Formats: sequence, structure tokens, C-alpha cells
Amino acid sequence: MEVPILKQGPYLIASIQSALSDNDMVRLRDALVEQVGRFRSRGVIVDVTALDVMDSFATRTLRDLGRMIRLRGADTVIVGIQPEVAYTMVQLGLTLEDIATALDLEEGLALLERKTTAPGNETSSRGR
Amino acid sequence: MEKVQAMRRTSIESVQATSELFRELVEHLRQSRTQLREEWAQRITEAQLLTAMSKEEIFAEATSVYDNYMEALKTGTFEALQAYARNLSERIIPRGVETREVIGIVLLLRDVLARSLFAKYQADFALLNRILDAYEPAANRIAITVAVGFVQERERVIREQQEAIRVLSTPVLQVRERLLILPIIGVMDPQRARQLTEQLLRGIRTNRAKVVVIDITGVPVMDASVANHLVQTVEAARLLGAIVIITGLSPEIAQTLVMMGVDLGKMNTVGDLQGGIEEAERLLGYKVAITGEASDHSLRG
Amino acid sequence: MRRAPVDAERQQLHSTTSLGLASARNRERVLEETCIPIQSDGDIVGARQNGRGLAVQLGFSPSDLTLIATAISELARNILLYAKRGKIILKLVEQGETRGIIVTAHDKGPGIPDISRALEAGFSTSRSLGLGLPGVRRLMDEFEIVSDVGLGTIVTVKKWAK
Repeated sequence: MEVPILKQGPYLIASIQSALSDNDMVRLRDALVEQVGRFRSRGVIVDVTALDVMDSFATRTLRDLGRMIRLRGADTVIVGIQPEVAYTMVQLGLTLEDIATALDLEEGLALLERKTTAPGNETSSRGR
Repeated sequence: MEKVQAMRRTSIESVQATSELFRELVEHLRQSRTQLREEWAQRITEAQLLTAMSKEEIFAEATSVYDNYMEALKTGTFEALQAYARNLSERIIPRGVETREVIGIVLLLRDVLARSLFAKYQADFALLNRILDAYEPAANRIAITVAVGFVQERERVIREQQEAIRVLSTPVLQVRERLLILPIIGVMDPQRARQLTEQLLRGIRTNRAKVVVIDITGVPVMDASVANHLVQTVEAARLLGAIVIITGLSPEIAQTLVMMGVDLGKMNTVGDLQGGIEEAERLLGYKVAITGEASDHSLRG
Repeated sequence: MRRAPVDAERQQLHSTTSLGLASARNRERVLEETCIPIQSDGDIVGARQNGRGLAVQLGFSPSDLTLIATAISELARNILLYAKRGKIILKLVEQGETRGIIVTAHDKGPGIPDISRALEAGFSTSRSLGLGLPGVRRLMDEFEIVSDVGLGTIVTVKKWAK
């Protein structure tokens, strides 16, 4: 299952459409880490609204993705985590740690906008 | 083979005989309806049952119960009686009618009818016995049906009330666009903590909340598991993209959290609810009215 | 799996929250059963979707369905990571008034030498496993693990519809 990656201005948007296998998840991570440099993107959004399960592997892969993207000089926002999924993740002891999150695509874009245009005036939920 | 058929014939004959008796006793009870119903209502009042109801109401219900009773005796089916018992319970439970009263009136009716059967068949003891053999199981089953119906209805009402209390005890309030307040009052247990977290997460999604203030001024004690739940709630809200501010930590709870080594770096805390709302508004980019502006005005003016 | 007599090699750990597993086992009536072979990472997705599909019949809340699907996902991944192949058995059961789902993960892998250590939060022998078994245990109502070193591992978890 290939995840489409859209380039929108300075951002890359990956919208996951259905359940992903571990390999699909790793492929998505590698593709984003590669493309963020190729398109000189300033931010990446991964939309996980369609995921009904985020287990330890998925969470870890997204966390790694965010850190790799940061090393490539861009920001990552994970958007659309479902309430039940969030509840299960904390029950399992899984967090995205320092990776930013937002309610949906619109919020994610607004967050990236603030982060990338006004550094030092950051109101993201990162690290709180 | 013949023996079996003979036995079957006897049993069919006895069934026919029983249903014959039954028809007779139902017919008798129906004919005496006015008088027996009167007597029953009288005895209900004497026994001081259904005190929450007026004499007229008791008489009206007594009539319905009597007719449903006859119907159940006659047809041997209890669905209609069951439905009526539920309907009756629905009406009388809010008026404070007790289980013992409901059971009491049904047993009274059973006794009134039985006495009337005694009076009618006292001359023929053997016949009376057979009549009672037919009457008693049916009458007992009716009593059980009505009592169980009442208790079930009561349990349903209690369950509904418990659910309502649970929902009320953890209100998720929207005070401004994108700002939710969750005042927690009372003791937290794992079940409540779960419910609270789920309700908050749904609230964040439907209200598109960005900041949540959880006020725990009303939480008397906090042990390790409750503190853990609180941290989980904060983290789950963050996964949805919301910032959580905790307010109203008492000195005792602050001590407990530090002693337990709860990771305070993840907690965004402000002293009281008012401070929490101000902080939330700042995070949301609302301009907080500054008293300095007013004095500027007065200087210029 | 060969039922070896209890010795130092064989470890068993029972964990129950409300109902005694050993005594409860006999009273469970199986309503439906499915077996899913686990050999590739695609099977993990299949197993959890299957589990959610079964559990939804029992009227679990959306949160519980997600907890169940996630637990299946973790168990299936453990099979793949440690034993390369195995199977997940999903059962809908009825026990008196309550109904629930039982998930059993079977493998013939190397087994777990130290079960109590594997159940400590944060402990994992594989870097990619994250919290593994302790996490699964938290998600479900009942948890049981039997492991024979060199023979394999069976993990059984249950969740009851409230």
C-alpha cells in the first residue's frame, strides 16, 4: 500500500489512506526523509486519521521519522490521531515524545506556518 | 404400547378436566368482579399500602390489575401482564412506591380471590382441593411476574441514574472557542479516570479544542495510580494536538507527586483555575486586557 | 507443543485481574473461532483487522475495539520478531452472562528464558519491540503466558465485554 505524498508549497503532506504494514510504514519514512531534501521542504505533515491502530512499531517509526526529518532541517507534525487510538497509545505507554501533533491537516498546516515563519514565537504543543 | 396410550389418555383427560375447572373458576371470579375488586381495594387501604396514591387512583389501578389478572388466569399467557406490570412500575416508581407494597397488593389479591373460592366451594372439599390445585400455581406465577417486573424496572431506573451521575460528575465545558475546562470533583478511581479521559478526548475532537484546563481543586487525595492516570490523560490529549494545563494542585498533592517521582516536565501547571484560564488564553493568542492601557488612556486624556 | 513436566526450563506465569483463569477455563463456551497464520508483516494487519471484526459483534466500545486490535498487533509482531512464524487464534466465548474475546498467540520459537523479566515494564530483548508484553497485559483483562525454552511460547489474553 503506497502512501501518496503531496507537495504543497514548502511542505510535504503524506495522507495515510488505510492500514499500513510495518514495511509500508518504513517505506513511507524513507520516502519522506529523502523527499524533504529533494524538494527543500520546510515541513512535513503525516495524516494518520485513517489509522485505527497505532502500535509500538508504528509509533516508533513515526517518532524516528520526525527525528530524521529534523536532522534534515525540517519540522514534522503528526495530525489526525483518533481519540481511541490516543487512549490506547498512552495505555501501552507509547508517546511521540518531542514530535509535534495537531488535530487535523488544517491545524497541522497552521502549526507549521507558525513554526517556520516565526521562529522563537512558537506556540506548538511540542515538549509540553 | 397400550399401556402408554392409556396413560396418555388419562393425562389428556386430566388436562381437559383441569382446564374445565379453570374455566369455571375464572368464570366465577369474573362474575364476582365488582365485589371482589371492591374488597381488594378496601384491604389495600386497610393494610396501608400504596399510601402515595389516592383512593381513586388505587381503585383505577386495582381494576386494571384485576382484569389483567383474569386475562392471565384465563389464557395462561403472561406477556400482557408482564407489559402491564412494567408500565405500572414506570408510573409508580417515581412516586416512591416500594417493592414491598407492590408484592403486598398482589398477594392480597391472591388471598381475596382464594377466599372467594373457599366460600363458593366449601360444601365440596374434594372439588375445592382440585380448584385450588389449578388456581395456586397460576396465582403464584402471576405474583412473581408482577414483582419481578417491578424490581427489573427499578433496577433499570437505578442504572440510568448512575449513568447520569457519572456523566454529570465529569463535565467537559467549553468556555471559549478552542478552550475546554474539565473540573474534576471527588475521588478518582480507574474506571472514572478512563471515562474522563475518553470524554475529554472526544470533547477535544468535537470542539476542536487547542487548550484544556483540568482543575483538580476538588480532588481530595491522589495516589500513585491516580497520578499515573492524570499523566496519561495529559499525554493522550497532547497526541490529539491539545495542550493541557493542570490547576488547583493542593500542597498535599504537590508533595505526593514529587515524592512519587512523577515526571513533572510533562505537566503544565498553574496555581488556580483563574490563572489557568489566563494562561490558556495567552496560548490561544487572545489579548488579555492590560490595566496599563487604561492608565495610558487617562494620561493622554 | 510437548507438555514437559515442570522443571527449571519451564516457566509458567498466570496473571488474572478478576476471574481465576484455571477455574474459569472450563466454563467458557466457544461461539466462534478463527486461526490466522503469521509469517509476514502483512499478516499482522490481517490478524488485527480480523480480531476487530470479531470483537465488534460482542458490542465492545470503540476504545475497547482499539485496545483489542492493538494487543493482537503486538502479539503478532512478537511472533514474527522472535519465532519468524506462528499463529494467532481468535475466539469469541461466552461465560455465564458475559461474553468476551480470547486471543492466543502460538509460536515454536526459542521461548522466553526469563518470563518475569520479560514482563517488567521497559524490558525488551529486541530493540524494535518497544514495550511488548507488559503493554499488552495492561490493555487486556486477563493475561497468561507459557513458555518452554527451545520449544515455543503461548500467550493468551482475554477481554470481556462489559
